[in-house]
Amino acid sequence: MSDSVSRRDFMVKAAQGAALAATGGLLWAYLLRQEAKAQPYALRPPGALAEKDFEAACIKCGQCVNACPPDILKLAPAGGDLPIGTPYFTPRSGACIMCPDIPCLKACPTGALAPELKDINQARMGLAVIDIENCLSWKGLRCEICYRDCPIRGKAIRLETDPRGLSKHAMFRPIVNSDACTGCGICEHSCPTELAAIRILPRNLVQGRIGEHYKIGWQDTGKITEDFKPAASAPEPPKAPDGNAPGVDYLNQGGL
Amino acid sequence: MSGAGEFSRADALESVRKLRERGLGARLWSWRYLVLRRLSQFAILLLFFGSAHWAWQYPAKTPLLTGNLSASELMGTVPMADPFAVLQIFLTGHVLQQKVVLGAAVVMAFYLLVGGRVFCAWACPVNVVADAAGWLRARLPIQPMFHLSRNLRYFVLAATLILSALTGLAAFEWVSPVGMAQRGIIFGLGAGGMALAAIFLFDLLILKNGWCGHLCPLGGFWSLVGRTAQIRVRFDAQSCTHCGECAKVCPEPQVLNLKHLETTGYVNSGECSNCGRCTPLCPEGSLAFDLRPLIRAHNARKG
Amino acid sequence: MGLTRRDFLKNSIAASAALTVGMPVAKQAEAAVQASEAGWQWDKGVCRFCGTGCGIMIATQNGKIVATKGDPDAPVNRGLNCVKGYFNGKIMYGKDRLTQPLLRMTNGQFDKKGKFVPVSWDKAMEVMTAKFLETYRTMGPTGVALFGSGQWTVPEGYTALKFWKAGLRSNNIDPNARHCMASAVAGFMQTFGIDEPSGNYDDIEYTDTAVLWGANMAEMHPILWSRITNRRLTHKNMVVVNLSTYSNMSSDIADIEIVFRPSGDLAIQNFIAREIVKRNAVNWDFVNKHCVFATGPYDIGYGFRPKNADKFASADEMLAFKNEQVHVVDKYEAIAQRRQTGEAVKQANAATPAKDWAISFEDFKRAIEPYDIDFVVAVAKGDPDESDADFKAKLMKLADLYCDPKRKVVSYWTMGFNQHQRGTWVNEQAYMNHLLLGKQAQPGNGAFSLTGQPSACGTAREVGTFSHRLPADMVVDNPAHRHHAEEIWKLPAKTLNPQIGSHFTKIMRDLEDGSVKWAMVQVNNPWQNTANLNHWIKAARDMDNFIVCCDAYPTVSAKVADLVLPAAMIFEKWGFYGNAERRTQAWRQQVPPPGVAKGDLWIILEMAKRIRIKDVWGEQKVPGLKAEGFEDGKLPSVMAEAQVLGYKPEMTLYEALFATPATKKAFPWPDKPVAKGHANHIAETLRDGWFPEKAMFEEYRHFGTGHGHDLAPFDVYYRDDVRGLRWPVVQKDGKWTETRWRFNEEYDPYVKKGQGIHFYGNDGKAIVMGDLDKPGDGSKKVDLTGRAKIYFRPYASPVEQPDKEFNLWLCTGRVLEHWHSGSMTRRVPELYRAFPDAVCWINPKDAEARGLKRNDLVWVESRRGKVRVRIETGGRNRVPSGLVYVPWFDESVLINKATLDATCPISKQTDFKKCSVKVYKA
Repeated sequence: MSDSVSRRDFMVKAAQGAALAATGGLLWAYLLRQEAKAQPYALRPPGALAEKDFEAACIKCGQCVNACPPDILKLAPAGGDLPIGTPYFTPRSGACIMCPDIPCLKACPTGALAPELKDINQARMGLAVIDIENCLSWKGLRCEICYRDCPIRGKAIRLETDPRGLSKHAMFRPIVNSDACTGCGICEHSCPTELAAIRILPRNLVQGRIGEHYKIGWQDTGKITEDFKPAASAPEPPKAPDGNAPGVDYLNQGGL
Repeated sequence: MSGAGEFSRADALESVRKLRERGLGARLWSWRYLVLRRLSQFAILLLFFGSAHWAWQYPAKTPLLTGNLSASELMGTVPMADPFAVLQIFLTGHVLQQKVVLGAAVVMAFYLLVGGRVFCAWACPVNVVADAAGWLRARLPIQPMFHLSRNLRYFVLAATLILSALTGLAAFEWVSPVGMAQRGIIFGLGAGGMALAAIFLFDLLILKNGWCGHLCPLGGFWSLVGRTAQIRVRFDAQSCTHCGECAKVCPEPQVLNLKHLETTGYVNSGECSNCGRCTPLCPEGSLAFDLRPLIRAHNARKG
Repeated sequence: MGLTRRDFLKNSIAASAALTVGMPVAKQAEAAVQASEAGWQWDKGVCRFCGTGCGIMIATQNGKIVATKGDPDAPVNRGLNCVKGYFNGKIMYGKDRLTQPLLRMTNGQFDKKGKFVPVSWDKAMEVMTAKFLETYRTMGPTGVALFGSGQWTVPEGYTALKFWKAGLRSNNIDPNARHCMASAVAGFMQTFGIDEPSGNYDDIEYTDTAVLWGANMAEMHPILWSRITNRRLTHKNMVVVNLSTYSNMSSDIADIEIVFRPSGDLAIQNFIAREIVKRNAVNWDFVNKHCVFATGPYDIGYGFRPKNADKFASADEMLAFKNEQVHVVDKYEAIAQRRQTGEAVKQANAATPAKDWAISFEDFKRAIEPYDIDFVVAVAKGDPDESDADFKAKLMKLADLYCDPKRKVVSYWTMGFNQHQRGTWVNEQAYMNHLLLGKQAQPGNGAFSLTGQPSACGTAREVGTFSHRLPADMVVDNPAHRHHAEEIWKLPAKTLNPQIGSHFTKIMRDLEDGSVKWAMVQVNNPWQNTANLNHWIKAARDMDNFIVCCDAYPTVSAKVADLVLPAAMIFEKWGFYGNAERRTQAWRQQVPPPGVAKGDLWIILEMAKRIRIKDVWGEQKVPGLKAEGFEDGKLPSVMAEAQVLGYKPEMTLYEALFATPATKKAFPWPDKPVAKGHANHIAETLRDGWFPEKAMFEEYRHFGTGHGHDLAPFDVYYRDDVRGLRWPVVQKDGKWTETRWRFNEEYDPYVKKGQGIHFYGNDGKAIVMGDLDKPGDGSKKVDLTGRAKIYFRPYASPVEQPDKEFNLWLCTGRVLEHWHSGSMTRRVPELYRAFPDAVCWINPKDAEARGLKRNDLVWVESRRGKVRVRIETGGRNRVPSGLVYVPWFDESVLINKATLDATCPISKQTDFKKCSVKVYKA
């Protein structure tokens, strides 16, 4: 065996190995991406970071699962809809009972459940959404179980009462206040319809945003500014005309 | 007795004969490390399982050992964590909590001392399956399909770390059959069995010691850590007859390169998992567990 | 989540199939639903649960209920239901439904300590009757007892009452309505001389003010609450006031919420009366024409076991009992009752609490004078965190509402008033204010007692299944009433027992001291619903007695029984319920009972078949009996006169009282026009060719007809266009016409033209004139004809109050999701999930002071017993500091182990709303 042969051998092997690693790595990275976006519907324990950060930080140790007093947290099994090994809960089969001391969060070693959450009422695990077409109360029946069972009753779900047209019976319509709902899921769990008419969904899937360019007139407190200050830096006009004048292309394009 | 470099075939055959003809007592005794390893693997899983499902507590109202091999807490005070997993999470850019870093340090310190791949042989549940596949493969007429470098695991290890940083996800933890298996057992999830079955079939039919010996980046990680291990297999070149029985049972036979051993006097490769297969088997007593400083002192005296 | 692959395939197949036949998918699905519902048969019915009495429609197919709906034609609920009502169709199908008689046996023989073994009805009846006769022969009519119910149907209650009082000559029959409505009954009887409200639910749409006194209508009368809310939203003057000992859901709509200290309601009512007088708001025209001022003794005790209490009570329990024997007047009572603080008052009138006498208006004014605003704030403010000024302002506003002559006011109450150590008094105080103001018996004006149970009015009260009552408001200790009943029932004179029997709690006490040794339970769960349970559970299991429990599910009461009989449930039999507004509603059997389960009526009739006249109509000893015309301690033999009337000694009570030849002839089964094809398992398994429900109902009608309790004939209630009728129902121009407001000439056929308002319940009666402290010598009497009484009733402190160790008030009650002891609703999975286990509502401050967090498991312990329960610091109720609230529906949290069995001495109704407990971590 000569040195050159063994060196060439080594080079080939190294190249093969690198190719294998690169191919494998690409495939692997693809799988990871697929897995990570498997389902954005996961409901996480209280204090969980934003979903992507949570998935990065969770070490999948299950200490939160062990710490959960009502035993509602589960680790996602392989091959399921949820990112493997991460904790989640399904409100219809078991809702978060909102322990004041948040034992699941305390058990988390990595900070995937952020220890900044001190008050369980500030948890935002998801948001309750009502299917008003199938809600008994929205039909005028006296159900309102979601409202009564809500651990922060009156805050997360309020009842709007209206006269009910021809009948002598008022309507009691449950409405979710998104700024107070913790997403604990007790409402979904206790909803008496065959399929729950109130569901918890991750907040980013259901919440819209008005946008910063418009304020609601009767909510915003801005008043006429008495002492108006001119802009500190006014936009400077171009020194000399150049070819890139906005709009010129369109105007020149003809075709009328 | 022959010296280093010159050995007689007759001596080797004599050694093999001794091995074949040893009594039942000696045979049973030679399984002692295997039994201890299985006990250790079982006990660890049992402690996790008991704490999770049967509310085993010590001290009162504190789970005895909560979590799993990825991260855990012993008696509410000692944090532990898989340093490799923590490293991956660190690379994703997540700012880690002190607790898990401390836990990783505790585990790291332990394995630095006893040998990194002690994890593989004494704690990892996949090992049981891989061992079973290896045992069966040795008894079936299965020809090797192809050769693969055992160094592949270091490429996988590197890829894990790079991918963790690139994708922002702890890359191995997301696909790890080790994780699936142990979570599956401790938390009673169904899919753990699938991962174990896949490894079993791969090791049995496709590549001998395929997962643990070639692919597992966790094994690779612990191999690197294992270089400083203080508990090692001592090699006595004087008594060795080069019969080769040790390499036959070793899942990482490259660590028993006799030429190399003759110069070092002990197995210094981090890839050795201190599994204790070779030591009780050696008919000449040339291999035995010892502490590295003692071995060094011994070699120095002899040298 | 999302569609599975299989679903996807299935749907695409459906879609392509739909396309081929050219039919849109939605239409096709609709057609499929219509096809599957084609076999459904609908009939009208009544909700099984509360006293509101909502009408429902029931669909059946193949002997099963497949759907229910709110009846859009029902005037009570107009097609709506609450969430309990929504599950009417599911309550019968719990997994552990009892389908066979079960008897405690060892080696094939009855054994009190044996295990339950399924037996045949014959065996069950044989053992039960043998045990009954054994007890009856040795102990007489007082040795046996029947726990009845306000959930009995009218024919069931009537049959049981007749069997018990006329057949067995025992007055030991009392319904769970004793725990529910007895104080309201006593209040009505004392004030008006006739039971049940003058108004009806239509008051809601006429009134300007709804004042809730201890009635969380939002949860307990959900459908009525939607009417009140509607009125509140659509009528700009409408004001809702919620008075309660804790903040509940009714406060959501209320304009004023007044949280008062337990028993503070007595003082608040007198404060309002004082304001009415002070502000010259008394409607003198009304008062002079229609009212009489009255009062009664204050020293009436607290309804504990009158004798030998120490034999059964622990030393801890004796503390409350001693307070009854000699009550030390506290600083509030000193003012309220014009006494000295620390004065020891012997409760001399504990045996005669109901006696009363007329007083002058000047005396009345003097009596209410101490109840000024400062005193009432001191005694009645319930939330320590509320300022005196706020509380005062609310009380003043409440007085303004009552006193405003232009404002119509309805006062509603339920258990808050009735379950009260002074329940009768506080009921009467409500009438006091309405009568002073002349705001009674007019549309939108009146004091209105709401019932808890679906037929508390219809069965317990109207039929009179109480230990002291006969049908149509008559009582057993009135010779004329007994005579009238004996006539209708064709009984020999003196068959009926003149001695009032044991009330509900007393039957328990009798079982404990061995004076009752045979008891039967129907439609009711006494070993969960009676206060101070530990005693009664022990008595049932350890004493030598025989307890029969008829139920559809294995309840706590079935568990302590010796024989369990499987009962048919509501839509498995024919029946009537009477709701809180005097509305009698009927339904037919819709489905057969499961297994060999049978209706309670059948059980009573089958038992009657096994008892002969000679067993019961001979001379019977009745310890303590003292009545005019009776030998002390004895009921005479009526066998001789019975034979003259045509009865034979060997005749069974079934033949003598129920299936007489005349009855069988008059009310044959099948009754095709009424049944419309519906079955009647009772008539069919009696195999006697008669229709017991109809026969009993028609017989029962005789009692009320012409006495202000008139009902329409049986068949009328089953007409398709009838959704119940409010009695008195009289024929006008050939049409059966209901009465909306009683005592009011415009509506009530019993009030003559020109009388305006006439409280005819007291016609012909008179009352002795006296002063505030005592009745007079009887020389001066006041005629009560057409008049109601305005009682002065003082504030009295609760017999047990929080102290250093047991430092919290315990109030118990219900939740919307569950009906009573939860035996039905907890078996509906959806309702169970909605409110699985009882919780203890506690103020967050009280929790913190005890080192407790929300969801912690705690012991709630009184001097009598303790239960383990989770605490809730949020949720639907907000309790003030110093009070905890635990619902009683949950058999795993038997809170009645902790409650105190103090009763209103007049009504004998237990006070479940106040006793003292401590709460600590379990």
